[in-house]
Amino acid sequence: MSYVLNTPDHQRAMLKQVGAESIQDLFKSIPASLQLKRPLNVPPALTEIELTQHLQHLAACNQGADDAVCFLGGGSYDHFIPAVVDAVAGRSEYYTAYTPYQAEASQGSLQVFFEYQTLICQLTGMDIANASLYDGGSAVAEAAFMAITVTQRHGQVLVAESVHPEYRQTLATYMHNLDARAVTLPTPQGFVDPDDLKRAIDDQTACVVVQHPNFFGCLEEVEALARIAHERGALFIVSFDPISLGLLKRPGQYDADIAVAEGQCLGNPMSYGGPYLGILACREKFLRKMPGRLVGQTVDRNGKRCWVLTMQTREQHIRREKATSNICTNQGLMALKAAVYLTALGPQGLKETAELCTRKANYAASQLTQLAGVSLRFDRPFFKEFTLHVQGKVPRLLQGLLAGGYHAGLALGRWYPSLGNCVSVAVTEKRTLAEIDGLVRDWDNVRSLAQAEALAEERVAKLPKEANALATRTRRKSGHERDSRRS
Amino acid sequence: MKNQSTELIFEISHAGRRCHRLPVCDVPAKAAAELLPATALADEPPPLPEIGEIDLIRHFTNLSARNMSIDTNFYPLGSCTMKYNPKRHERLAALPGIANLHPLQLDESCQGMLEVLWQMQNILAEIAGLDAVSLQPAAGAHGELTALLVASAYFKDRGEKRSRVLIPDSAHGTNPASAAIAGFDAVTIKSNNRGLVDLDDLRAKLDDRAAVFMITNPNTLGLFDDQIAAITELLHGQGALVYLDGANMNAILGVTRPGDFGIDMMHYNVHKTFTGPHGAGGPGAGPIAVRNHLAPYLPAPLVKKNREQFSLDYDRPKSIGRVRSFFGNVGILVRGYCYIRTLGPRGLREVSDNAVLNANYLLSRLKAKIEVPYGDRCMHEFVASARVLRKERKISAMDIAKRLLDFGYHAPTVYFPLVVPEAIMIEPTETESKETLDAFADTFMRIMDEDAEFLHAAPHALGISRPDEVKAAKEPVLRWKEN
Repeated sequence: MSYVLNTPDHQRAMLKQVGAESIQDLFKSIPASLQLKRPLNVPPALTEIELTQHLQHLAACNQGADDAVCFLGGGSYDHFIPAVVDAVAGRSEYYTAYTPYQAEASQGSLQVFFEYQTLICQLTGMDIANASLYDGGSAVAEAAFMAITVTQRHGQVLVAESVHPEYRQTLATYMHNLDARAVTLPTPQGFVDPDDLKRAIDDQTACVVVQHPNFFGCLEEVEALARIAHERGALFIVSFDPISLGLLKRPGQYDADIAVAEGQCLGNPMSYGGPYLGILACREKFLRKMPGRLVGQTVDRNGKRCWVLTMQTREQHIRREKATSNICTNQGLMALKAAVYLTALGPQGLKETAELCTRKANYAASQLTQLAGVSLRFDRPFFKEFTLHVQGKVPRLLQGLLAGGYHAGLALGRWYPSLGNCVSVAVTEKRTLAEIDGLVRDWDNVRSLAQAEALAEERVAKLPKEANALATRTRRKSGHERDSRRS
Repeated sequence: MKNQSTELIFEISHAGRRCHRLPVCDVPAKAAAELLPATALADEPPPLPEIGEIDLIRHFTNLSARNMSIDTNFYPLGSCTMKYNPKRHERLAALPGIANLHPLQLDESCQGMLEVLWQMQNILAEIAGLDAVSLQPAAGAHGELTALLVASAYFKDRGEKRSRVLIPDSAHGTNPASAAIAGFDAVTIKSNNRGLVDLDDLRAKLDDRAAVFMITNPNTLGLFDDQIAAITELLHGQGALVYLDGANMNAILGVTRPGDFGIDMMHYNVHKTFTGPHGAGGPGAGPIAVRNHLAPYLPAPLVKKNREQFSLDYDRPKSIGRVRSFFGNVGILVRGYCYIRTLGPRGLREVSDNAVLNANYLLSRLKAKIEVPYGDRCMHEFVASARVLRKERKISAMDIAKRLLDFGYHAPTVYFPLVVPEAIMIEPTETESKETLDAFADTFMRIMDEDAEFLHAAPHALGISRPDEVKAAKEPVLRWKEN
């Protein structure tokens, strides 16, 4: 099955027109010695029914957010996606179109991206936004590159340790062959101490990168940090949580120069890490240094308002090695989803979503920290996720909770050796009182010193693969389970 | 009634309307204003539009009708491989057990997903004829950058200082841009009169400063460079690596493998070759495949299999690190997996057979009337030139492209590659029928006979005429603002 419409008759007629003996004849520019003499060693073809069953089987081997209650965060969140988002993004007039280079045949996508750019400006309070980058991590890297170009400072990029560790790794990888170095600003208290920034920043610092709310969930003192960066002539780059802006001051209000974000939370499923949405907004004066596509408003020959891709002389297909970035394919469909999501929520919906996240996260933290041996690691206000210090082995705790039907949190030890006993817990507007209370109860059970090992052993032993996934699902779907969670 | 598709969403906003409503808070917690410091809070939420549900749906639905798309139009956009996007992929990628997985959930809770990704690593290695695959890059250009960083790490590890990346003049713009971002100097290699790499120019510019030669093969003219064995030998003789821009893999699936013709590293465009879809500009996925000696430098994590258990392997001490957060554009990789599993070995070969047949058929019909500078045969695409038309009748490649839109055909790629004047780059793909190709060829040739003035003013039948791009760039309006 290859979706090919040419029948043997068609092929014969076409070959005749071409003047070729056979299809093989068309490949004669490929030296025979280089041609593959056997079929590719890939699995045999499947019909749609077989493929569907195969994927359903594989999906059943996973425990997604519908099978175990999701308290995982760290840059990807189980927020609710209104049906209108999928209804619009599911229109194949959008998802089977190409990059809108031919403006007359792409006004739909172009106008959506223009609206997306505007929505991001409204959300962030920044002047301009591009039409998307890959994800939150590469957006940080692109922003840092931009800052180096804008400031012409090749000393250092100062990045807070409280920025998502994978964003920092991405930044370090991108910067590997630059003169400028990525320097980490330690955050032992879970946030950037402005005095530490004052000491670390110098006159060759291109930019200061912070995340707000940060990877630990804590708020940063962004206004003070922006001031310090600007006093030394560095740009202030903030990686923000779009949902948080329903409550928190916008990057433009605290004088950020470049605001970047992971836009997954705006109507995109978690999808095991991608495709996501890199958001980048900045001051108008940096326009010509921006990476990525931009849609601009103009008029056609009859003076009718319309939209086109513009400022393309920044881009790789025109400027080649002098381009501001190498990005070509971006995340257009995710930008469309974000535009629909922000429109569907509106100012009140965004505010209420943020409000629910904050209240539920605070409730969850207050309940969990009542358990013996569980405490908040950082004494800082947080938005929708928080970092707990726990006694005992974190992996065992999380495995035990998973077996009980909870994706309970992220172990931070992989990225922060000093936080080996810490778990980050995220709570979105979707989480209910019953789910949070259920987590607390189960956590208590798994944690209980006497039971911990035994219970984890028992549950982990049962864990592998499908059987367990199915069992968990069956449990969760039973009325009894539902009721007990609500009680 | 106002036309809801041409008004901006902001212009149909009315205070007090809304679409999505949230439940009452069911936990006993203080209000957010009491939980968060006042200095951190905004006075008002962002000034987003306020829209009711039916207005939202009508707006975005009507707008969608102002796009051409594969599902509505023939889309022979050269270099972009606009083939049919199977509907089954959309349904399967949206299965809750696939779409609702958190990227950092425990490995034991996503064995099915890891199996798909592990399979995909192996399948892409086999199709490439290479040894190891990273699925992390989000798009083709991202794959290029990743591979160049891998090359850089490899040479650094060997104590070699190599500063140059050699790139043919017919290459995609992403190649030199990626080289620059990876910290290399991009050096252009000329094409010869056959449209292939000029070996003399390559020899002249090749020395021990060369790290990587980036080749697109088949190249952007739709030609397979038959000197490839000599080229890779030259590069390897200097200790350099050869990279394949895999944008044109649709021409050679199961026909020849990059690893078999001397390539050391390459990227795939899953959104092209394995039918993404393109999503109006993305998302894509740009996995890279490399030879064993480069594998240690690939980004982390990779999926590994150990006694029937799959896991993410982060323990890769020589890795370049990572080029994005989380695993990769998994939703697109899953679609690519569905496609490859639907086709199987024979189906993959049929793709290339028919992509090449369709392109040659269209070429043979059009060359009766328009110049095709490089050759009578092509692979999956070819590049015609409106040079003569332009000279004799002042009709440009752009005029033809715009007029094609009137007939319901998406325009081919124009003015690329740069080595062909007035280039019109046509890639029909394997999923189009002879009838579609015939109708397109007839229309194309008919347009060439139309009045020049009439063509300059095309398109005539779309919602708008040609936009003023100069105005857009000179007086940039990049967002809506309230008057």
